[in-house]
Amino acid sequence: MNVLNEWAFIGVFFLIAPLLPALPIVLGGVFSPSKPNAIKQSTYECGVETVGNTWVQFKVQYYIYGLIFLIFDVEMVFLFPWALAYGQLDWFGFFAGFLFIFLLTDALVYAWRKDALEWT
Amino acid sequence: MSLGNFTPEAFAFGFFTLITLGGAFGVVLNKNLVRGAVWLVVSLFGVAGFFVILSAPFLAAVQVLVYIGAIGILFTFAVMLTRSMTNLTERFNSQWWLGGLVAVFLFLFMVIAVIVPVFGEMTEPTSDMVATTVDLGIALVDGNQYVLPFEVASLLLTAAMIGEIVIARGDD
Amino acid sequence: MECSNIISTFEPCLVSAGWNADIAALVAILLGVVLVASFPLLVAILLIWIERKFAARIQDRIGPNRVGPFGLLQPFADVVKLLGKEDITPAGADKVIYNMSPVVSVMAVLLIWAVIPFTPVNVGVDLEIGALYFIAVGSIGTLAVILAAWSSNNKYALLGAFRVVAQLISYEIPLALALLIPVMLAGSMSLVGIVDAQAGMWYVFMAPVAAFIFFISSQAETGRGPFDLLEAESELVAGFNIEYSGMKFAMFFAGEFMHVFTNGVLLAVLFTGGWQGPGAHSLPVLGFVYLMLKTGFWFSISLLMRNALPRVRIDQLMAFNWKFLVPLSVVNVLMISFLLKVIQEIGLAPDDPVNFVQNIPQTLVLLLGNVALFAGVMTILRNQTRQERLREEARRAEFGLAPTLAGD
Repeated sequence: MNVLNEWAFIGVFFLIAPLLPALPIVLGGVFSPSKPNAIKQSTYECGVETVGNTWVQFKVQYYIYGLIFLIFDVEMVFLFPWALAYGQLDWFGFFAGFLFIFLLTDALVYAWRKDALEWT
Repeated sequence: MSLGNFTPEAFAFGFFTLITLGGAFGVVLNKNLVRGAVWLVVSLFGVAGFFVILSAPFLAAVQVLVYIGAIGILFTFAVMLTRSMTNLTERFNSQWWLGGLVAVFLFLFMVIAVIVPVFGEMTEPTSDMVATTVDLGIALVDGNQYVLPFEVASLLLTAAMIGEIVIARGDD
Repeated sequence: MECSNIISTFEPCLVSAGWNADIAALVAILLGVVLVASFPLLVAILLIWIERKFAARIQDRIGPNRVGPFGLLQPFADVVKLLGKEDITPAGADKVIYNMSPVVSVMAVLLIWAVIPFTPVNVGVDLEIGALYFIAVGSIGTLAVILAAWSSNNKYALLGAFRVVAQLISYEIPLALALLIPVMLAGSMSLVGIVDAQAGMWYVFMAPVAAFIFFISSQAETGRGPFDLLEAESELVAGFNIEYSGMKFAMFFAGEFMHVFTNGVLLAVLFTGGWQGPGAHSLPVLGFVYLMLKTGFWFSISLLMRNALPRVRIDQLMAFNWKFLVPLSVVNVLMISFLLKVIQEIGLAPDDPVNFVQNIPQTLVLLLGNVALFAGVMTILRNQTRQERLREEARRAEFGLAPTLAGD
């Protein structure tokens, strides 16, 4: 199998994979009854009438986690090639990676100390 | 790859161009911001496809991991965390003509740069060498190559994280 | 050409039968994809039965036992029931995204199977970047969760989704950091390469801490107990999928089941040698049996964990990740990389990586390092918990409350 075929497999997979879960949903649509009415379709929130707009503002802590995650995700991008080539590296390579991780650990310590990791 | 010769690569290129541009138009034309974020994910996914065609599977995976898995989520988060931004329906961009002008100029500039050899003759790629991800890993920590940018990247990420915490928390 | 191998070498078989090369390639790919993608879906039906029996036994019940022998046909009865369930779309829903989300949720899990090596010769596709691929496509599932909640126009769903997404993205960090270890040890990101490199020694013996971190965070990624905050019935009604009903709800559920099983397979591939086992090379089917046995092992631990442990609180969940798992996995990466260089320096690295005996010295060194790390972390944790307990006791004494034991 050559390289293009490999990715053709992935490409076809991306096209087929949504069809498999979509099939039962469509089948369900065929077999199941459909008798919508206003009460049935109302939003279910603890059995009482829903109050106000759904799309309200949420707390910012979620976003802070998201941003810290993004930083670490980008770190992963650098660390994966490093880990992959690790067998062919010398002590210099080790210390370069060490420094890289160490600097980022600093950021984690900062976030910890500033209570940015607290769920308040 | 010539135009007369219809290869699978050409087909894939067309397909991903369609996805990328279609997604981009979806972002611009959609008034609902969350839907716009979904279109953005579609567009970025098309870019991942380009990386695959360019034999850079590592970058394709990074594209999906960072842009779709992280930035796509952050965008939806940001939209939902911003007060009443999800319900915007009217357009209040008074400088749309300026943006349009810049976009058209940039587009023309790129088209000219690609089609007309202003910056010297069109050249073939200088090397047939296919760099693998292992080569990337070695180059990243090689004293003669990219070790400095590698560490600076780490420093930059640290600075970004500290800045993000300072700005997001604000009060202390 | 023998036509024994279906998934990866179907193509030459078709060509030899007189097919056009291009069409043969396309048909081979299509067949392979359908086979690989439908396998986890079919297994999921059986898994639901196993799961229910397992949970029932733990809770001192019998579990499904009416439909078919031992209740084995129960999942099929469930499917028939679900097909007949009315599908209710809430009034304010964003229809397109609402219908798309369950599909994307299942798709994200199915896509992982494309790179799993089933036997020495059968693999969907051996990607050079397989390890990164499965993390990348797995992260698409997170997007499905938040879009599902947003599109159903329900405050509780959205609140649940925010929690889940915060959980999913947080636990992706230790997951990826733990994944660095097998990549580092094998010098390969392809899952086939990682399995091949474990011919001499399984990585669970070389890096048990990494396996532990990967197991915990992958369990959290599925959103199952004790990390099932998305189903916090008492606080959030049902989480992000509250407005879903009928087959769409079932798809979210099937996705979750498959995710647990997929994690079992990934753990088997990354840490316990995948299809490796005596006689697997000469008889590929045996390799598949080994893989499923190892998967079953990890899967049953995850079931045990789900049923035996109580649900954690969201603040505990986040603290456990950011203040325990992430620092631990960072130190783990540094330690393993240091030890590997030391091993290389003093010449303990095996000349023949697939030789079991030659692997022993290096494994012992790494294992020792892991044990030391684990002992150190446990000591720190014990001291911290004691301090916390003393603080709480002091606080209670101050307010004149009776000193209590845990569980208050």
